[in-house]
Amino acid sequence: MLIKRPSDIKASEITPEGLYLNRREFIRASSGAAVGVAFAGLGAASLAAPAPAFAQEPLGDVKKGPFGTDEKLTPYDDVTTYNNFYEFGTDKSDPSRYAGRLQTKPWTVKIDGLCDKPADYHLEDLLKGQALEERIYRLRCVEAWSMVIPWVGFPLANVINRAQPTSQAKFVAFTTLYRPSQMPGQRYPALDWPYVEGLRMDEALHPLTILAVGLYGKTLPNQDGAPIRLVVPWKYGFKSIKSIVRISFVDRQPPTAWNKENSHEYGFYSNVNPEVDHPRWSQARERRIGEFFRRKTLMFNGYGDQVAKLYEGMDLRKYY
Amino acid sequence: MTEAQFVRRVVKPAVFVAALAPFLYLLWRAAMGELSANPIEDITLTTGRWTLRFLMITLAVTPLRRLTGWQPAIRFRRMLGLFAFFYGTLHLLTYVVLDQFFAWHYILQDVAKRPYITVGFTAFVLMVPLALTSTSAMIRRLGGRRWALLHRLVYLSAIGGVVHYWWKVKADTRDPFAYAAILMALLAVRVWFVVRKAAARRGAVTAVEARAANG
Repeated sequence: MLIKRPSDIKASEITPEGLYLNRREFIRASSGAAVGVAFAGLGAASLAAPAPAFAQEPLGDVKKGPFGTDEKLTPYDDVTTYNNFYEFGTDKSDPSRYAGRLQTKPWTVKIDGLCDKPADYHLEDLLKGQALEERIYRLRCVEAWSMVIPWVGFPLANVINRAQPTSQAKFVAFTTLYRPSQMPGQRYPALDWPYVEGLRMDEALHPLTILAVGLYGKTLPNQDGAPIRLVVPWKYGFKSIKSIVRISFVDRQPPTAWNKENSHEYGFYSNVNPEVDHPRWSQARERRIGEFFRRKTLMFNGYGDQVAKLYEGMDLRKYY
Repeated sequence: MTEAQFVRRVVKPAVFVAALAPFLYLLWRAAMGELSANPIEDITLTTGRWTLRFLMITLAVTPLRRLTGWQPAIRFRRMLGLFAFFYGTLHLLTYVVLDQFFAWHYILQDVAKRPYITVGFTAFVLMVPLALTSTSAMIRRLGGRRWALLHRLVYLSAIGGVVHYWWKVKADTRDPFAYAAILMALLAVRVWFVVRKAAARRGAVTAVEARAANG
């Protein structure tokens, strides 16, 4: 049997979305038959319910990027229905339920602050000349679950270099869209809207750090942060800010949404670290979505070889 | 059929089935693959919420009976309380078996170090003696007064359960706030009953004294 390393799998070879969506139908049908004896009438009603359709556009020419992993990919179905995106509600199922009404065309990203070439980019112009890569990354949520996701994107460094930050620029600050009319979760102050995030300049320039515009070879579904989001795989998921409308170069550590909400629990760095527990739960282990047994969490989410040197000499208990 | 027979033969079985329905519906969703990508989280949240709901429903029985005067309400209290214990047990088992799979090292650490788990675990432990002494034989053995005193632990258990939920959520406290508000109302009604009873007793005493003075 020929076993391919997932890093050799091209986006075009990945199971098409239609087949993923059929999985639920299959589960419904097979378990429906088993339980159907007891609940015959209800079973028929449930089988008739259609699966949700995600009309994502193919991204065309996507080359294989570096830093891949040979772990099993988390199914598209799970990546797009189990989301923390409080702009659409605090339940994991809220984003896939309510994100459909978000208009992502047109989309403008403002790039400003301490740089020589600030500009307001239409998304198409920001993407012009960027070679899209597939990056298969682990995603570790601060809530101790994880996924493996084939993102499509390009290094954030490309955008930073084009903007030419000045020598005073030490940090990069990001802002998510604020549009309560299309983001119903923003009508309640679960967080201090708009969502903001930040990286130190060396973190932002790191080759692992990407701006993603797709997953599974297609454009991002809204619930996953369309049309453009950050992916920083060695940090807890909430650092990877979604639906970005502004990227600013600043000289001081910028405020970040979860740190403002609870600075005792969520630090600016928020590097994945099995040795530093969240005050309310252990970070030593995680549940990979689709697996039953918890697995050990890896330092820097397994990207220590690439990023540990960024934090040399820092007390990671203090700078959590 | 008398009212007592109707309650025993029709209403009580109906309430029993209704109380079991959330559990059956959860099983159904699990079998149909309708839980989320993280089914263990769904099961944990669902059983936890139903534990709190049944604690609230149980605590509503007495105020309801006294405010409406419908005495048969009391016949449902034990069953509803045992359902709170049933869902609480499922919630704890979900954590120990499905979530941690008997990783005692981590479980003990959680119970000792994580305040929300300490409180939640305590709230569950407090329900155990109540479930064990819920039989008529145990009520007779303990004597009504001592039994009633012991069963006031349910207040602590309910408070612990709400605090457990409040301390667990990350940012959106609307749901735990709703439970806290309901619990406060249920406890406030009891305080009001006590105050009113004391006032009535004082009133009775005053009336007797007045009669004595007049006599």
